[in-house]
Amino acid sequence: MTAPAAMNAVLAVTRFGFAARPGELDRVSSDPRGWALGQLRAAPASLPADLPPASRMVAQMLEQRRDKDQGDRKEANEQIRAVYFAEIEARIRAAAETDAPLLERLTHFWSNHFTVSGFRPFVRGFAAAFEREAIRPHVTGRFADMLLAAERHPAMLLYLDNAQSVGPESMAGVRRGKGINENLGREILELHTLGVDGGYTQQDVEALARILTGWSVARLASRDAGEFEFYPQLHEPGAKRLLGRTYDDRGYAEGVAALRDLASHPATARHVAAKLARHFIADDPPPETVAHIAAVFSATGGDLKAVTAAVINSDAVWAKPFDKFRTPDDLVIAACRASGFTPPAPMLAQSLKELNQLPFYAPSPAGWPDDAASWVSPESVLRRAEWCETFANRLPDPPDPVEIADASLGEALHDDTLQAIRRAPSRRDGLALLFASPEFQRR
Amino acid sequence: MSCCDASRRDFLALLVGSSGAFALANLPGAVFAAVPGDRRLVVVLLRGAMDGMAAVAPVGDRLYAEKRGSIALKPPGEAGGALALDNFFALHPSLAPLSPYYRNGELLIVHASGNGYHTRSHFDAQDLMESGLAEKHGQSDGWLNRALSLLQTGNARLGLAVGGSVPLVLRGRVEVASWEPEGFHAADGDFIAALGPLYAKDPLLGPVLKEGIKAQNFSSTVLGDDMGKGGMGFGPNAFKPLAEAAGKLLAAPQGPRIAALDMGGWDTHVNQGAENGRLAQNFAGFADGIDAMAQAMGPAWKETVLVTVTEFGRTVAVNGNNGTDHGTASAMFVMGGRVKGGRVAGDWPGLDRLEEDRDLRVAVDSRTVMKGILRDHLGIEPGALGSRVFPGTAELKPFDGIIRA
Repeated sequence: MTAPAAMNAVLAVTRFGFAARPGELDRVSSDPRGWALGQLRAAPASLPADLPPASRMVAQMLEQRRDKDQGDRKEANEQIRAVYFAEIEARIRAAAETDAPLLERLTHFWSNHFTVSGFRPFVRGFAAAFEREAIRPHVTGRFADMLLAAERHPAMLLYLDNAQSVGPESMAGVRRGKGINENLGREILELHTLGVDGGYTQQDVEALARILTGWSVARLASRDAGEFEFYPQLHEPGAKRLLGRTYDDRGYAEGVAALRDLASHPATARHVAAKLARHFIADDPPPETVAHIAAVFSATGGDLKAVTAAVINSDAVWAKPFDKFRTPDDLVIAACRASGFTPPAPMLAQSLKELNQLPFYAPSPAGWPDDAASWVSPESVLRRAEWCETFANRLPDPPDPVEIADASLGEALHDDTLQAIRRAPSRRDGLALLFASPEFQRR
Repeated sequence: MSCCDASRRDFLALLVGSSGAFALANLPGAVFAAVPGDRRLVVVLLRGAMDGMAAVAPVGDRLYAEKRGSIALKPPGEAGGALALDNFFALHPSLAPLSPYYRNGELLIVHASGNGYHTRSHFDAQDLMESGLAEKHGQSDGWLNRALSLLQTGNARLGLAVGGSVPLVLRGRVEVASWEPEGFHAADGDFIAALGPLYAKDPLLGPVLKEGIKAQNFSSTVLGDDMGKGGMGFGPNAFKPLAEAAGKLLAAPQGPRIAALDMGGWDTHVNQGAENGRLAQNFAGFADGIDAMAQAMGPAWKETVLVTVTEFGRTVAVNGNNGTDHGTASAMFVMGGRVKGGRVAGDWPGLDRLEEDRDLRVAVDSRTVMKGILRDHLGIEPGALGSRVFPGTAELKPFDGIIRA
């Protein structure tokens, strides 16, 4: 095997997956690109069957708000925390143990694209369920399907306030004098589809918000409490004009049509292609590669399998190994994967909280940043090194650091890193150095 | 969103709180088996190879000053000099907090100790030290766990691992409790020092790491917290909170009886120093920690034996970096109310005849010391010590006279 081919194997496993598990590099080395493409048809990781559906947690939150009982609140918070712990452990364990890590990486990528964050506390019980229900099934499907699943999910409708948006001329609007909430309409255009430079106006934001009035969550009295429900009595009547196109009053179907049109808009193709390229290729990806990915997006009607394959097949993705700085989430998963140990949920939560990337707690609907400049600071680099040492110290049965370094970094392992690991005064110290090394901090 | 931020903090506080609760939940509140007279045993693993000749200097050996060169301690009585233990040995000045224990007869030093194997690899040596074997046999349990299996009755957990994980010495068939501190430790000075050169060549990470270390040193100096004491602003002071926690947990009447904990930072190839330097700082952190543990134990200290062991010693001669390299024999501290201390045990092998012309020779096999403690303090029968705790060592007789009659 030539050196560049060996480097491609490490690149494939770290950039499309998280980090090589022992033995994985050998399996990938004969055809790194084929391995990455094959991931798109691989069986996804299985998650524990007992994670509660979002609807149940939504109904519980609605009950809690109705009752406003302080005694119950403590108990409810306990339960939310237990569910949260189960969710993040399942999520990280899936990424750390699966044979199809690309599907997990794509899930995290798209979940971040369609951020639902516990920063607004009432959604914290089901932000993770949102990822499982709206994102995970679609990562190799059609973008339009994922868009629809995300926007009509109760978690998104609550997070971005559409659940309480009322058409001013709707039955409820006329009777109660309530009005439109533009939050979801704006974020769909700015973040989920066209992008901030996608050529839309304030009128378009308002139009989309009016189109989506009535998209809400079934109330407690309903048999389907906590599920998506369209309320015609909240829906703004009359035709709306969005991006030069007229949508006649067709109730729920109106929003579905608008989202389908947004999914196939050229600006959406460019916006999504640029984000994918930034994630997989470089903080500043080559414009011609972005244009090519966008073209595939448009030509295939937003087929995410074809779009991801276009990323894998681009020359740019193979040109600069280890150019991307890992986010904290990425680093934690990589260390779990390389070492074969996934800590229990409390330590995972604490680790990611102290590294400033607590899962499902992104600071805004824009999600977590995806470039080195946002994550590299004197404080954070020290913090990451401390975390690497803490993690190594908590491995229940520390493996040989030289073997793990070779198995996870292969050709990418620097000679001085190897020497430092060999000189380390204990296995744990050697593993800490490996995880903190400049090459392991990148992908 | 001020309301929401407050709720978020509450939630995060719950998260963090539960982490501690989780760790403590590993400690069963139920009944622990009674070892003879509620006795306690603490094993402290000094990882990285502690320089026994720096800890307890043979100042009476006529070759001492010459052989140790720039890292030789000044004689007792001089400013910054070693602290005389007897006519021959003197304690490192940074170990001063242990002097009262020696004077009270609660500190025994076993000098020129080795662990029965001949490797200078940290990884292999630590595995052997903890498994209690002279050669690798793929053993995955530790001698202290095997000793526990001879004491354990019922479902109670007698054993306690203090720190982030259960060390090999305490791993095995018998389940043990564990306690870990919340949050990250400040990174060890040696670790950051090793990382420095790897980052130095990195245009993105090199400058920010430097900046981060500077900022951390600055803030700890200003805030006056303990982290400012270590040379790099990390390291030796991480031991004290662990040791203190161990003491509190062991003090509990229904608590665990047998604990193991780690301290690192002993691999002093560079700038080991004499009365000042990296090793001096590590000794200070160690001595402070042991003292804090003894205080935290209160009356239970009277029922306690604490023993330290390290994977090997260091070269007699100083190297080109004012440090020492991997050697053979080191020294052990045996402390506690049950110890017949106030003396240095072991036949001093002398600095005129060195192992491979570079290392202190081994006078005492540490396993005989452990056997002496297990037999006389915990009442384990010698036959089992030679076959089960330290398999195949029937010929290694337990060290007599460690424990008060």
